[in-house]
Amino acid sequence: MKKMNKITKSNLITYVMVIVIYIAAQAMVMTGNMSSLMQGLLVPLCAYVILAVSLNLTVGILGELSLGHAGFMCVGAFISAFFSKCMMDVIPMAGLRYFLALVIGAAAAGVCGILIGIPVLRLKGDYLAIVTLAFGEIIKNIMNILFIGKDANGFHFSTKDVMSLGMEPEGKVIINGPQGITGTPKDSTFTIGVILILLTLFIVLNLIHSRSGRAIMSIRDNRIAAESIGINVTKYKLMAFSISAALAGVAGVIYAHNLATLTAQPKNFGYNMSIMILVFVVLGGIGNIRGSIIAAIVLTLLPELLRGLSDYRMLIYAVVLIAMMLFNWSPKAIEWREKYAEKFKFRKKAKAEEV
Amino acid sequence: MALLEVENLGISFGGLRAVNEFHLHIEKGSLYGLIGPNGAGKTTIFNLLTGVYRPNEGIIVLDGENIVGKKTIEINKAGIARTFQNIRLFKDLSVLDNVKAGLHNHHSYSTMEGILRLPRYYKVEREMDERAMELLKVFDLDKEAETLASNLPYGKQRKLEITRAMATDPKLLLLDEPAAGMNPNETKELMETIRFVRDTFHLTILLIEHDMKLVSGICEELTVLNFGQVLAEGKTSEVLNNPEVIKAYLGE
Repeated sequence: MKKMNKITKSNLITYVMVIVIYIAAQAMVMTGNMSSLMQGLLVPLCAYVILAVSLNLTVGILGELSLGHAGFMCVGAFISAFFSKCMMDVIPMAGLRYFLALVIGAAAAGVCGILIGIPVLRLKGDYLAIVTLAFGEIIKNIMNILFIGKDANGFHFSTKDVMSLGMEPEGKVIINGPQGITGTPKDSTFTIGVILILLTLFIVLNLIHSRSGRAIMSIRDNRIAAESIGINVTKYKLMAFSISAALAGVAGVIYAHNLATLTAQPKNFGYNMSIMILVFVVLGGIGNIRGSIIAAIVLTLLPELLRGLSDYRMLIYAVVLIAMMLFNWSPKAIEWREKYAEKFKFRKKAKAEEV
Repeated sequence: MALLEVENLGISFGGLRAVNEFHLHIEKGSLYGLIGPNGAGKTTIFNLLTGVYRPNEGIIVLDGENIVGKKTIEINKAGIARTFQNIRLFKDLSVLDNVKAGLHNHHSYSTMEGILRLPRYYKVEREMDERAMELLKVFDLDKEAETLASNLPYGKQRKLEITRAMATDPKLLLLDEPAAGMNPNETKELMETIRFVRDTFHLTILLIEHDMKLVSGICEELTVLNFGQVLAEGKTSEVLNNPEVIKAYLGE
């Protein structure tokens, strides 16, 4: 019973932290203390936080490596932007349209997760990393050659150019290949983003601390033992991975509805993006949800604050990633850390006794 | 009535005949030992019984039901639970959560109920907590319920593995060298616990062991395995005095 309280408390701290950051950011916007550049970052930041939390579900809780999380984000972004643009006249209510876009974006990304997971998650080893890496690149490239238009006769598809769509003159191009989708309604706001972060946290944290979460973590710790006590390994692996993919799709929806033009470039949906999300997770602590949120915020804001170093950004990421891995897993570093922590505890205790 | 009936069991790995014409007959409620020199195929037989390997031939009947060809999780549901020679705990979960993972199939609620924290979640989790603590108390682990499994001392890790297997409510419990790495005091304590568990939970236990003190102390019947074949079987005292068995263990 005592432990239940401890978990509830820890979860509560996470929720409160998000809300406090939200209020602080809103206050800064209201009082005019935030540059317009930073204000522009607020909505993408929400998407990154959700991505970091969802990837942590795959990497930290399920114990599988995914190197194509930006791919799931890309699926969510394009499907939802496509939906919103088509429905702009049919559903004039922005709230309802956005809600439906969210559901569709999450579902599409989740289905992609299931399709990848069914064959790959049955295998032991690092196959998921390889396949998701390929998936991310494939999705990005498909979006770059895809042309979809709509006229009185319905939808037209092509993978060549706008001309080969063969539309009537009054037809409208919706997805214009490398130029992407233009004119998606800008429905994402910082407030909606934060609400979705809280929703993501609610899903992920409650999943972890439930019967299914225990099953997922037991598979991570020892697959053979998990099977021997009757846990359906494939089912729970698939469940965790598809939930993670669906949440990445939600991040994609937020991201897409914040841009005038949505294009699939290496910068936003490519390999670099997937690695950046992984850096959030590793830096925040694998399996540590609160850490992922903090890392995502710090690593998104720091480059803007330290603009001068932008050329060395990927280099610094790599160095930090390696340094953190050493700090977290090297036996010598762990020894040193424990010694230091003990000293600190001791001092704290001594102080408490003095009082 | 026999709980487990194995006939003519055999498996080959490539050209190696690991188990050949193996048979086993275990009565309900008995404490049965499986012994043999290193490499005789004892753990292979556990892996065959729990569906990790599929036998080339033979039948395994548990409580009147043929379980050959079933998957590990189905066999666990049918009533066989096991521990491992090299301990396999969920090391980053607490002791309590290790046992609760074992209760997975017996105290159930859906993932949705878990995420939305519906009343059933609280009710079932409370049941699980109570049941897990009950089991931990039997093995004297209840004070360490909050500890991470990997932080337990070796002897307690072995006990926790047995607790976790017990949580799946098996009819037949397979213990793979439960006393390996334990000192004589711990072994003695373990012997008492095993006997206590068998009597309180009305279990049938099949164990692999090298510690002859433990084997002669608690096993009522034995099968001796050598080169994948049954060398001798029967009452413990008779089997251990069998000249063939002594020869296999000590050489000529």
